[in-house]
Amino acid sequence: MGAQLRLLRRRINSVKSTAKITRAQELIASSRIVRAQQRMQAALPYEREITRAVTGVVSNAASVDHPLTVAKENPTKAGVLIVTSDSGFCGGFNANVLREAEALRGLLETRGLTAVPYVTGRKGVTWHTFRNREMGGSWVGFSRKPSYADAKEIANVLIDSFKDDNGIDEIHIVSTEFVSMLTQNVVVKRVLPLEVEETEATDSTAIPPYFEFEPTAGDVLESLLPRYVESRIFTALLQSAAAEEAARRRAMKAATDNANELMRVLTQQMNQARQAEITQEISEIVGGANALADAAAGKE
Amino acid sequence: MAKLRVGVVSPEREIWSGEADMVIAKTVDGEIGIMPQHAPVLGVLVEGGVLRVKREGEGDLVAAVHGGFISVADNEVSVLAEVAELGSEVDVAAARDALDRAQASIEADHEDADAAIEAKRARARLKAAGEEV
Repeated sequence: MGAQLRLLRRRINSVKSTAKITRAQELIASSRIVRAQQRMQAALPYEREITRAVTGVVSNAASVDHPLTVAKENPTKAGVLIVTSDSGFCGGFNANVLREAEALRGLLETRGLTAVPYVTGRKGVTWHTFRNREMGGSWVGFSRKPSYADAKEIANVLIDSFKDDNGIDEIHIVSTEFVSMLTQNVVVKRVLPLEVEETEATDSTAIPPYFEFEPTAGDVLESLLPRYVESRIFTALLQSAAAEEAARRRAMKAATDNANELMRVLTQQMNQARQAEITQEISEIVGGANALADAAAGKE
Repeated sequence: MAKLRVGVVSPEREIWSGEADMVIAKTVDGEIGIMPQHAPVLGVLVEGGVLRVKREGEGDLVAAVHGGFISVADNEVSVLAEVAELGSEVDVAAARDALDRAQASIEADHEDADAAIEAKRARARLKAAGEEV
C-alpha cells in the first residue's frame, strides 16, 4: 500500500471519530434545550407577577422615594452584568455577548461613566482576566443550570454596590435572549434605576388598581425591589442557558456537516489513489511480463 | 358568589393555581384574610408563614411560604414566594430534623440569626404538613 493511501485512510478515520463526537454533542444539546426551555417557562409566572407588583407600587405611590428607584444626580460608575457560558463548543455565543458588552462600555464612556464588569460564566471571566480588566465580581459553574440562589447571590453583590455611595450608579445586563431554537439575540437591558414609562391608558382595564399596602408602600417597595432585581437576573440566566444550548446545537450540527463533507472528499481522493495504485501495479506486471517475453524471444 | 383566582408561584415553578373562597396569609402586620371583592392589597409576607387556601367541597390547601408577597386585585390573588412548599409535599422527618438542628444551634448561640430563620422555616413546614410543633 502506498504512503499516500495510508495517509488518507488515517485522516478519514480521524475525521470520522470527530464527526461522532460532534454528533453526540449535538444530540445532547438538543435534549438540554428542551429542559432549559421548561425551566424558562416555569419561571415566567413569578417574573410576570413581580413585574406587575412593582408597576403597581410605583404607579400608585409616585411620591415614594427609594434609593433603588431614584437616578443619582451625577452618575460616575455603571455596573454591567455580562452573562456568558462556562464551556465552549458553542460557536459565536460568547463572542457576541462580549462584543455587545464592549459596545455598551463605549456608549457609557461617551456619557462619562466608567463601566464595571460583573461577569458570570468561565468564558467571560477568562476573557476579562486575559486582558487584565478588573471585575466587580465573577461567578462560574452554573451557566448550564442556574438556580435562584445563584441569581440571588449576584443580585446581592450588585444591590450592595448600588446602595453604596462610592459604588455603581446604574445596573445593566448584557445577556442572550432565547427567541427560538434558531434565533438567539444579544440584549442589553437597564435594570436599575427603574425606567418609569408614562403610558396613556387606552381603556379602563389598563389602569392599575389602587393598592393598599401592608404595612406601608415604602416597606413593600423596600423588600419588593431586591426581589425584582433577582428575578430579572434569574430570567437572564435561564434565557442565556437555553440560548447557550441552542448555539451549541447549531455549532455542533455545522461541525458534523463539515466533517461529513470532508469525509466524502477524502474518500473520493482515497479511491482515486487506490485506483492509480492498482493501474500502476497492472502496468508494472504487464511491462514485466512483456520484458520477460521479449527476453525469451531474443534467446531463441 | 364570586370566586378568587389564586396563584402560588415561586421563582423556579408555579406551585399551585386554582379557584378558592378564601385565602389566609400572614403578613408582617399580622394575619390577613382575603375573600372575594377584597380591595386591592399588596403585602409583605413573613419568613416561615403558613398560607391557607379555603376551597369549596375540598379540604384546605396549606402551604409553607417563606418570605415574599401577596397581591390582590380584581379577585385575583397572587402569592409570590421565594420558597414555598405544599403541605402534602413536605418531608416531615426532614423538617423535624432541620428544626432540631436549628434549635440546637440556637441553644449554643442565641445570636445565631441564620438558625432562627431556619427554625422558623422548619416550623412552618411542619405546620403546613399538619404536624404538632
